[in-house]
Amino acid sequence: MTTVQLDAPTRVVSPPPLEQRSYGDRVFKFILTLGAVTIPVLLAFLVYELWTGSRLAMAKFGFGFITSSTWDPVAEQFGAFPLIFGTLVSSLIALAIAVPLSLGVAIYLTEFAPKAIRQPVAFLISLLAAIPSVVYGLWGIFVLIPLLRKSVFPILRDGLGFLPFFQGPIYGPSMLAAGIILAIMVMPYIMSVSREVLLAVPNTQREASLALGATRWEAVITTVLPYARSGILGAVILGLGRALGETMAVTMLIGNRHEVAASLFAPGYTMAAAIANEFSEAVGDMHLSALAYVAFLLFIVTILVNAGARLLIWRVARGSGVGSKAL
Amino acid sequence: MTISPRRAVAVLAMLLVGCSPADRGRPGGGTITGAGATFPNPIYATWFDSYARQTGIRINYQPIGSGGGIRQFTEGTVDFGATDGPMTDRQIAAVKGNVMHLPTVLGAVVVTYNLPGLGSAPLRFDGDIVAGIFLGQISRWDDRRIAALNPGVRLPRQDILVVHRSDGSGTTFIFTDYLSKVSPAWKGTVGSATSVEWPVGLGGKGNEGVTQQVKQSEGAIGYVELIYALSNHLPAALLRNASGNFVEASIKRVTAAAASADLDSATDFRVSITNAPGADSYPISSFSWLLVHREGGDSVKEAGIHGFLRWMLEPEAQRMAADLQYAPLPVPLIERLQHLLPGP
Repeated sequence: MTTVQLDAPTRVVSPPPLEQRSYGDRVFKFILTLGAVTIPVLLAFLVYELWTGSRLAMAKFGFGFITSSTWDPVAEQFGAFPLIFGTLVSSLIALAIAVPLSLGVAIYLTEFAPKAIRQPVAFLISLLAAIPSVVYGLWGIFVLIPLLRKSVFPILRDGLGFLPFFQGPIYGPSMLAAGIILAIMVMPYIMSVSREVLLAVPNTQREASLALGATRWEAVITTVLPYARSGILGAVILGLGRALGETMAVTMLIGNRHEVAASLFAPGYTMAAAIANEFSEAVGDMHLSALAYVAFLLFIVTILVNAGARLLIWRVARGSGVGSKAL
Repeated sequence: MTISPRRAVAVLAMLLVGCSPADRGRPGGGTITGAGATFPNPIYATWFDSYARQTGIRINYQPIGSGGGIRQFTEGTVDFGATDGPMTDRQIAAVKGNVMHLPTVLGAVVVTYNLPGLGSAPLRFDGDIVAGIFLGQISRWDDRRIAALNPGVRLPRQDILVVHRSDGSGTTFIFTDYLSKVSPAWKGTVGSATSVEWPVGLGGKGNEGVTQQVKQSEGAIGYVELIYALSNHLPAALLRNASGNFVEASIKRVTAAAASADLDSATDFRVSITNAPGADSYPISSFSWLLVHREGGDSVKEAGIHGFLRWMLEPEAQRMAADLQYAPLPVPLIERLQHLLPGP
């Protein structure tokens, strides 16, 4: 029986470097590298195509494109401000509705729900993410909009009509309707990532605050949520990224009007909806180029938002199994 | 580290095999491809299917929109195009004049509305009123200008909700072309194109979107192709034509508009027949065209296209169009087109 002396230097034998291994290994490595490189190359190609497509519009409008509100294909004057405004406002409305709901559901499922229903309910909510956007749009047209038009909007107008957001005629398709459908679409993402993040919070946190005399609700608010703060923020931003790019459901519910209005009952437009509506029939190079410019702006915005979200989630859930799943 | 020459040749050969196109070299083989307008898609689909069954020549058509049809035709990715709005001079210059506009069917755009309490008789409008409504100048249903044309009708005290197209469309082109002719104010501020800057109103996607929006909103008004109003049981307003008569949109009246249009001087059929003269003409009528090369191109495919066009001009095919609520071409025009095509 040999004894190993732990403080004696040992010679570590590592496998030979790849170059000295068999030919088959080298070929395999090459093919895998090729496959891995394809994705960034395709992304770069996409950016390049958007860039060249929008050069005509960039040369003519420059940064004024972002602040101008005209959208006149006949006179070839284009400005994307209503689109940018509509994209941001509809997404913010969606977050304002979805975040409290999703967070509430996530906290409930992690902390308070009976063990038996946790998995099934989480699964059901995640299923919302599987419904195609067009189906949401159809449901919105046939169910949501008549309901809003008959019941919800008049109540809002009567009750909150002193605010400029709830004034004006009620058509049905509106910024608020689009915001509501986006909230429903975005909820499963925020909820499932928040739930994963909350599960990653170590139990010692909860136990420590309970030991100090906190109620269960106080334990959640004072110890669990602050610990998971950046992860939840990441989940919210992930939902925002999803809402920014959503196209079909929005274009069916938002009224498709190139206009900035204070009222939430007024129709609006988003970048993705404008591109989807106008691209196939756009006659004229300037119109096409303007749409490519809008696509470029949308691409930049969603990339930045999604990258930010990923970083935040990774920071809190790093190391645990959750981190890689949320990523 | 060296790769043995045998292995290098083997890998290179595999890559080259993957690169060779499958059907290059087959003379004129494969289907004839076309793309363009969505409005005539139902009848085109019926025609191409019927033609394939009779002659075995397959024609593949993609309804991507008039703008897309013109673009693909210009770039040469399809053998023929289809459009509701004729090519502009600049677009024709881009193909160096090598294009013929061949009218295939006629369509009508109707002004439809949703006023449930009105009864079955349709409202009467004239060009000024329609332009005024879509410009936002006439904003209530009980406006006296509308009441003047509709005596005895109880118009509701309600705001007019204007619905237009959010996507570019030949329907929009036809409608705005008509408005530009009957209203100098419209022509000056908005103009006519497949996509315009609408002064007021909501945008619906496609004829279906506009139809849906009008159906769902009381007090809404919109413009759709005739077939959509018919199938959805929406009323279509009577419009005053250039001769002063209030006419409804019907196949007969659309064909009348085409018949009375001034076609003799037109050499390439890029004729707008909106607001056509003639007692019976429906004012918002239009041709839908196929874009075909004048010369050049794959001779087998061109022969196939010409064969289809001759087939399309026969009474059997024109009757298929009428069954689908498209107005067939007037007989003198058919004869002119038959003379135009290279003989069999």
